[in-house]
Amino acid sequence: MKFNTKIKNLLIVILSTLALSACSTGKKSSGVGSGDVYTGNDTVQYLATGVKDRVFFATNSSQLTTASRDTLRKQATYLRKNKNLNVVLEGHADERGTREYNLALGEKRANAARDYLLTYGISGKRISVISYGKEKPVNSASTPLAWSQNRRAVTIKAK
Amino acid sequence: MKKIIFILIACFFKINFAYSLIEVDITRGNLDPLPIAVSPLHVDIQSDNYQDIKVKGLGDLISLVVEKNFKSTGLFNPLNKDAFVQKPDIAHLKPRFEDWSLITAQALVTGKILIKDEKLKVEFRLWDVAANKEMIALAFTTTPANWRRVAHIISDKIYERLTGETGYFDTRIIYVSETGEKTQRVKKLAIMDQDGANTKYLTLGNELVLTPRFNPSNQLVTYLSYFRNLPRVYLLDIETGIQEVVGNFPGMTFAPRFSPDGKKIIMSFAKDGNSDIYTMDIESRLVERLSEDSSIDTSPSYSPDGKYICFNSDRSGLQQIYTMKSDGTGVKRISFGNGIYGTPVWSPRGDLIAFTKMKSGKFYIGVMRSDGTGERLLTENFYQEAPSWSPNGRLLVFYRETKSGKKGEGFTAKLWSIDITGYNERQLKTETDASDPSWSSLLSK
Repeated sequence: MKFNTKIKNLLIVILSTLALSACSTGKKSSGVGSGDVYTGNDTVQYLATGVKDRVFFATNSSQLTTASRDTLRKQATYLRKNKNLNVVLEGHADERGTREYNLALGEKRANAARDYLLTYGISGKRISVISYGKEKPVNSASTPLAWSQNRRAVTIKAK
Repeated sequence: MKKIIFILIACFFKINFAYSLIEVDITRGNLDPLPIAVSPLHVDIQSDNYQDIKVKGLGDLISLVVEKNFKSTGLFNPLNKDAFVQKPDIAHLKPRFEDWSLITAQALVTGKILIKDEKLKVEFRLWDVAANKEMIALAFTTTPANWRRVAHIISDKIYERLTGETGYFDTRIIYVSETGEKTQRVKKLAIMDQDGANTKYLTLGNELVLTPRFNPSNQLVTYLSYFRNLPRVYLLDIETGIQEVVGNFPGMTFAPRFSPDGKKIIMSFAKDGNSDIYTMDIESRLVERLSEDSSIDTSPSYSPDGKYICFNSDRSGLQQIYTMKSDGTGVKRISFGNGIYGTPVWSPRGDLIAFTKMKSGKFYIGVMRSDGTGERLLTENFYQEAPSWSPNGRLLVFYRETKSGKKGEGFTAKLWSIDITGYNERQLKTETDASDPSWSSLLSK
């Protein structure tokens, strides 16, 4: 009995060391990049080949990262080529905030993405914005990874 | 909501105020709950049934509802009925105080019900066992179907007599009922009595609905609906079921509440990434903008005199609580502790503001004075928010979510209440998962 728990403890130590070293090498371990912005592609969908549909945000932030701006520039190029296409920008927050503030934050995030598309020549008439706050998580786990995937602005083709 | 008229028939003995011996100390919460005996009400009729209601059982049922109310306060300890010696009818006429004293009862409730002219008449008396005295004697007449409300009104009268504070049992709670997977929650507006009985669903779940709040007369509800995928503040008449969009805003409106006189709705309007606070006069439809900061301003709540507004803003960088005059001037930050603050709600007594605080990955419900001093945290958990005051300012109801596993399993959302002393935290029973509770004012004033 005692022996067993000792082995268990040892295993835990070994496993956690492994996990730590995986983190320190930094290669696609969690997908949560600097300042807890998600940098992976697990939840990402594509508007067209190479055109990601979403950008991610740090906690309590609506600032676009370098990667987000790159994604949005590709979306702008795609939208310029497809002049009849209108889009809806959905802003979302993670579950770690109060509901009403998150609604406002989602709206701010969607507009940050919208503003960037505008600066790349997309007409405001083609873009509508909606915030869902924390109401529509894409990952339902209560983990930092899930929260980082849920803090997002998603560009959706309007019907 | 059905308007029910209760006729206060008589105070058939003079009420003795002030010099009674029993008094419940409500400043300490539930440390020393008062032993109270609630005798089943005597049923003074021959007929067993009145329409669909089994009148014979009503005496027991009413006393059970009263007992459950008392128990839920944490201030009273309702005694086991098995130990009662005196029969309900005799106890109601003249209790043998020695018998009740023997089972440690300090207060005794007795009563009698009868059906007369198709009306239910309920009499009850509250007795001070140690002083051998009657403290209250009252009678109510109503339709038999309203027996639960009679039980709540009796509870309120006794609570008021023993604690010196207004009761809160004859009230309802409106909330958002939640079902389904975390990523595809179905949300409906639901309303129930304060004790969880009589749940009714007001929307069908076809669109997302959030944050319902009563108007002061409890007939209207303002809430956020995503009807046709346009998130807007709505106004719903509970009696008629008629609903309408509030105002004509070119974007999302959210976080609505009524002004204390019920004439205005205060809310946030979000445009181009900026949320500000607006009011709309319900009758004239006149819209007024109260905040112009480029940051997020939301969760506004009026002081009970209508002169001030507390709200949530991140103009300093992170979410904090601010107050301002009701015309939008005199903005003052009042939260300065470690952590960030949301959902301020002004107490109906005017002295305190309840809030949600987020610190080091935990969520707290707390209260502070309206100038920001005297912060007290009442409860800590993984996730909880959205406090709403009981109409007497003694309790807060809020919702709490549990941490979910890798696939969202184990996720629940439930309503909880807590006394502002920090005692007596308890879960409210709801038919489904629940969030965004809002407490009504007393239905019978």
